[in-house]
Amino acid sequence: MSINGASTSENPLGGGDSIIPKKQSRKPKYTKFTQQELPACKPLLTPAWVIGTFMLVGVIFIPIGLVTLLASHSVVEIISQYETACLDQYIPGASKAQKVNYIQDINTAKSCNVTMNINKKMKQPVYIYYELDNFFQNHRRYVKSRSDEQLRGGKVSSSDLDLCAPEAQVNNLPIVPCGLIAWSLFNDTYTFVSRSNGPLTVNKKGIAWNSDVKYKFSSTLLPSNFPNNNVSGGSTIGGGSLDPSSPLALDEDLIVWMRTAALPSFRKLWGKIEIDLEAGDTITVDITNLYNTYSFGGKKKVVLSTTSWLGGKNDFLGFAYLTIGCLCMLLALLFFIVHWRNPRPLGDTSYLSWNKKGNASGENVLQ
Amino acid sequence: MAQKRNGLRLSKMLSFTDCIKAQGASVNGGGGGGGGGGAEGFSRVVFCNQLQRHTKPPYIYQSNYVSTTKYNLLSFFPKALYEQFRRVANLYFLLAAAISLTPATPYSPLSLIAPLTFVIGVSMAKEGIEDWHRFLQDKEINARIVMVYVSKEAQFEETKWQDVKVGNVVRVERDKFFPSDLLMLSSSYLDGVCYVETMNLDGETNLKLKKSLECTVECDEDAKFASFSAEVKCEDPNPSLYTFIGNMEYGGEVLPIGPQQILLRDSKLRNTQYVFGVAIFTGHDTKVMQNATDAPSKRSGIEKKMDSVIYFLFNVLLLIATGGSVVFGIRTKNDSPMWWYLQPDTTTHYYNPKKPAMVGILHFVTALILYGYLIPISLYVSIEIVKLLQVWFINNDLKMYHDETDKPASARTSNLNEELGQVDTILSDKTGTLTCNQMDFLKCSIAGVAYGRGVTEVEKAIARKLGQDVSSLEGASEDDSNNNNNNNNNKGFGKSNKQPKIKGFNFKDARLMNGQWLKQPNSEKIELFFRILAICHTSIPERDEATGKISYEAESPDEASFVVAAREFGFEFIKRTQNSIFVKERNRASGKGIVEREYKILNLLEFNSTRKRMSCVVRFPDGPLMLMCKGADSIIYERLSKIGKVYWETTKMHLAKYGDAGLRTLALAYRVLEEAEYAEWNDVFHTAKTTIGHDRDALLDAASDLIEKDLTLVGATAVEDKLQIGVPECIDKLAQAGLKIWVLTGDKQETAINIGFACSLLRQGMKQIIISLENSDVKAAEEFGDKASIAKVSVDSITHQLAQGFELVTKDSDEDAAYALIIDGKALIYALADDMKDLFLRLAVLCASVVCCRVSPKQKALITRLVKVGTRKATLGIGDGANDVGMIQEADIGIGISGVEGMQAVMASDFAIAQFRYLETLLMVHGHWCYKRISLMVCYFFYKNITFGLTIFYYEACTNFSGQTGYNDWYMSLFNVVFTSLPVMVLGIFEQDVASNVCSEFPALYQQGPHNLFFRWSRILGWMLNGVYSSLVVFAIVTIALKLEAYDIKGHNAGMDVLGATMYSCIVGVVNFQLFMTLSYYTWIQHVVIWGSISFWYVFLAVYGSLPSTFSTTAYKVLAEALAPAPIYWLLILLVPLTCIFPYATFQSYRRMFRPMDHHLIQEIRHLRKHVKEPEEYKHQNKQAVRKTSIGFTAHVDARVSLERKASRLSRMDTSITNSNK
Repeated sequence: MSINGASTSENPLGGGDSIIPKKQSRKPKYTKFTQQELPACKPLLTPAWVIGTFMLVGVIFIPIGLVTLLASHSVVEIISQYETACLDQYIPGASKAQKVNYIQDINTAKSCNVTMNINKKMKQPVYIYYELDNFFQNHRRYVKSRSDEQLRGGKVSSSDLDLCAPEAQVNNLPIVPCGLIAWSLFNDTYTFVSRSNGPLTVNKKGIAWNSDVKYKFSSTLLPSNFPNNNVSGGSTIGGGSLDPSSPLALDEDLIVWMRTAALPSFRKLWGKIEIDLEAGDTITVDITNLYNTYSFGGKKKVVLSTTSWLGGKNDFLGFAYLTIGCLCMLLALLFFIVHWRNPRPLGDTSYLSWNKKGNASGENVLQ
Repeated sequence: MAQKRNGLRLSKMLSFTDCIKAQGASVNGGGGGGGGGGAEGFSRVVFCNQLQRHTKPPYIYQSNYVSTTKYNLLSFFPKALYEQFRRVANLYFLLAAAISLTPATPYSPLSLIAPLTFVIGVSMAKEGIEDWHRFLQDKEINARIVMVYVSKEAQFEETKWQDVKVGNVVRVERDKFFPSDLLMLSSSYLDGVCYVETMNLDGETNLKLKKSLECTVECDEDAKFASFSAEVKCEDPNPSLYTFIGNMEYGGEVLPIGPQQILLRDSKLRNTQYVFGVAIFTGHDTKVMQNATDAPSKRSGIEKKMDSVIYFLFNVLLLIATGGSVVFGIRTKNDSPMWWYLQPDTTTHYYNPKKPAMVGILHFVTALILYGYLIPISLYVSIEIVKLLQVWFINNDLKMYHDETDKPASARTSNLNEELGQVDTILSDKTGTLTCNQMDFLKCSIAGVAYGRGVTEVEKAIARKLGQDVSSLEGASEDDSNNNNNNNNNKGFGKSNKQPKIKGFNFKDARLMNGQWLKQPNSEKIELFFRILAICHTSIPERDEATGKISYEAESPDEASFVVAAREFGFEFIKRTQNSIFVKERNRASGKGIVEREYKILNLLEFNSTRKRMSCVVRFPDGPLMLMCKGADSIIYERLSKIGKVYWETTKMHLAKYGDAGLRTLALAYRVLEEAEYAEWNDVFHTAKTTIGHDRDALLDAASDLIEKDLTLVGATAVEDKLQIGVPECIDKLAQAGLKIWVLTGDKQETAINIGFACSLLRQGMKQIIISLENSDVKAAEEFGDKASIAKVSVDSITHQLAQGFELVTKDSDEDAAYALIIDGKALIYALADDMKDLFLRLAVLCASVVCCRVSPKQKALITRLVKVGTRKATLGIGDGANDVGMIQEADIGIGISGVEGMQAVMASDFAIAQFRYLETLLMVHGHWCYKRISLMVCYFFYKNITFGLTIFYYEACTNFSGQTGYNDWYMSLFNVVFTSLPVMVLGIFEQDVASNVCSEFPALYQQGPHNLFFRWSRILGWMLNGVYSSLVVFAIVTIALKLEAYDIKGHNAGMDVLGATMYSCIVGVVNFQLFMTLSYYTWIQHVVIWGSISFWYVFLAVYGSLPSTFSTTAYKVLAEALAPAPIYWLLILLVPLTCIFPYATFQSYRRMFRPMDHHLIQEIRHLRKHVKEPEEYKHQNKQAVRKTSIGFTAHVDARVSLERKASRLSRMDTSITNSNK
């Protein structure tokens, strides 16, 4: 900066004056904005407003809560847990090691069946879910192990493929679809037989999100080098195999599986039964019990459920609305009573902090 | 330039020669000033008028270019960068950025490095800009013009200050500053003296006399410098203002040079046409620059506290990161081998079950970044931006714009905005800050009759209180505007205090003016009174050739005001010769005609601080001898003869009244001398005068004492030390705001006390505790003892006085009693010593007002530090001169008054305002707002980031602490930048609890700042807990609602994508809704920004979701396909924010309804006022809303009113008694 100063000094005398003649007034311009006087709403929390607002929230929330509860109660849901039941048919009271051995042995018989009793009429569509728990589909290593580029059918670079490690390549050939998620695909299957209606057709189409089927998964790309398809001999530790002749977009089970669940317990849509199920009917589910949850002690369930406008059977939301609504009403009442019992006049100067500290003698002087 | 020679040799006048000596003595004796005698080295050689000899080492000295900037081009980068990393948060961010470069990072390094660069960049740019302004100001000063002798041209030429070189001969004109430290050669006075005003150096307003060496006096014309050359050897540059050692070789002689010959940079030439001098020290070598300290980097209290909050959060962060890492390590070791779907056998280091320790450590590093949202870097970005805009508002406030000087307020740093709202103690300079340094003759009391209808502000207010008609007091209608102004103090005081037509004279009374005094009963006394005014002084008249008008040059403005007053009364002092004074006066005998009379001044007994009086022995034209005397009333009273006390009682009453109004009073007396007595005394006096040695002064005092006795009182004068416009009102408001005000002045104790009264910092009924060394013990010790024993006696005396004062204050049972502490600079030397300063401070904080007089610039800084460190509360230093720089820099906030010349104070300050009264707006409006804005903003910021950051933590816990977030990377990086940034900034920029006029109407509201109601730990933790609650609610409700069951009517389940987006939507909703609830002031901006931010999230989600899935990953079509059509999503969006806000709303409602805070009440009062048609009704209420104070205008008036009422009640009783007696 001193360099600058030196250069000005070389100017002929008086040359420095050019800095000064700023005759323009430095008076700030008046605008409501600069003077911070913009027209503004300054609402005052008066008792009426407080009580009124709490009432209002209560009045809105309680009905919503009721409607939501109603919706939840209109949903019929039947759950059947089968991972132990299915095993007990073969090895009753198995140890963990036995269970794991059993499930990993491709030669053991794996079919079993469970029955589900319909207590209430289930209007179609009846959705079929499988439910797993203690399964960390949200584990970082697991979540990252996929290549969206590959699934779209795009050009896969080696760095894309690296994401899929350790299920990226077999013998230097890229696995399609690569990654741990695809590799661990859920592969239990269910067949439903109704006592009254006979075998039930399960619609496996339309269980995935539309956008996934249309854009996220290629309709031309075929699975290749998929390790689960080449299980030879001994045991498998992977998941389901894929039809090498069916493009990815057609395999909705895969697509549903690839949308990773948020929490360690999750349900995934498996299919739809598109006829009404009557109350009192019993449904037998033939299960091929292939998927290994025995290693980590996870449960497996099959679920039949109808939906309402709100989705599945979930009372929580309704109760939450009712709780908050009631709390608000209660508070409104409480505030009302306390205010009614000892009201504070608005703008009462005796509440000012400096008037509270017993300055009585000084006040007389002012009046 | 016309060479007007003043044919007078000032040195021949008695009083001045003594003055010079007295001053020299006081300089040597006066401790605490510049500290220590300067000459460490003695190596400087200056070749006067021979610049060519200064081109080679060692004779190349500093240029006169002065720079007060913190940085230069080279040092800016490292130094400013270092400044930035003094903030703990920045260090943390740097660490995070470093980690983000390793593979452990959960997100891309850019998302961490970019904001850090931005924060540091903005802060550095701010520093740079501020420094640039300093540079521009330097440039302005460096470009000032002075006349420098150029040998080649053989004439003086205009030169910029920065080009003045050591050895240059310069000519400085009247009222100009000296460009460097000069050796004075000669002046327009024949005897080579000149007056210098050193206000910028030590704040003293009286003029100092400098004198050149005898031998150079002759070089007093431009032409004489062609052949001039001399060689000066002197001390090296040092900061001691009052010492100088050197000698000059000139004309074959070697002559000693002392401080008498040195004209210091930044002092100003006064009352002298011009001086010639040689530049000795230039630029940074000058004494004033040697005194300068580097501009300190100040940080506000809130910012410092924010550091502790950051530490706290950092610990929380470490805790949860450690906890997560331990759990992750254990589970990876024990459980993950069974998770076949992860292929634990082929894993990398991050998930290797065989190396749990490594896994834990790596996770810890990842977690540090992952939970980094707890310590938001964007907080700093936002604060920087908000503060810049706050500063912009301060600079653009019309209420702080001064029309006459065309100066708006200017914040020179933006670091301290919120500190303005937390000030506890104001330390103010007096001259130039509180007062204008102008004295007006306002009133007088002659022969027991009070004259003068000029009314001070205090008196007007009292009259109004007593129900009297103010205009009748004033007798003039022109001041009607004043009354209006005072009735509503909120509006600017712009037009009150009109400038009087005649400088130094503001006297209004028809009884004395225009010769009417002749008709007064005591006209001979009045005549005598005027004569004393016209004769008994040391001023010099100066006739303006063009207009013929006479102006007066006096040592102090009050002396000038006497002579002006005498002139206005018809006794015009026109000429002074060696021993005569010529006065044009009205002939009283005839009543008509004006005669010129010559009064012979036989002796002048000059003023000094111990005598507190001055006298002169005068021979009247018609023969008689008279001693005229003026002095402090107590001193004069001691010397009155019995008959001379006729008017004493009434005069004393008048004096008390004047004093309480803050007027400076002097009593006037005379004594007719017998020839014989005089002759006898004159011998004694002459002997004393001619004595050489240190007891000369004592002898002179004793001699004077002999004749100054048996006086007859004539009357008293009252001079108003003109206050700056609006000062009393402003101080009143500040007092009501609960601020403590200390006045630190270089002036005399009496002057300081006067101003105390004028500003209502002192008033009658207040108990004054005066701490000084002016007592007999100390005097005795000074007379006989050596230095050590003087010091000991002094220490004992001060300790005793302080202890006594402390006892007085603490033992007092009267709760309403107010105390004032008055202490002088000499006493302060001891009181500020380490072992006594606590006692001093303890006493001082108990007193309602504190006045320190005769303090040096360094002491000002020391006192400021004492208050700052001792009370641990924010201090504000305000001043206008270079002598206040230390104080301004030491105080937590330094304020410079930019109205006057001399930019040092402004350049050292953090805020510059044109007038003291703007302090009200600056503190009570902007300070209050900024404090609340910033504290609320910071609290909210922590809330918002805790809410968000903890949901990341909870979710990560659900993923087995594997480092996975539920949110898309982009949601995360845009959270603080886009979806929640503007609303919080709007909070920081625009929030107002009450409007600006309400802020000044209810000054006590300001106390919320110093008490730190909005940034205390309970508040901060409250907001944090609110954040923890919100995060729990968001996470719990969303995860439970979306857990297993179908999400929509089509039976789909909510995956990680839906859950993440829903939770994020809820958070955007929650934090923005919370902000909406937090605000109390909604303009269209708030609405646009808050609702805009929420809407923008949806816009973003829609746009981003429509990008190819490889780019949008989990956000792909999530809004269009999954969220928007699902009723459950919208039900959550409604439920979650309301549930989150529930405790806050309940708490606020409860507080509002039953435990209101001050600003709530004031909002209500304002709100109610709108509906009231009768303003009187609310005046009453307003009064109740005003805090009682013991200082300030209001308290002063109240005290006076109750006194007057008592008095009038008494007098009524008296009259009734006398009546009944009759």
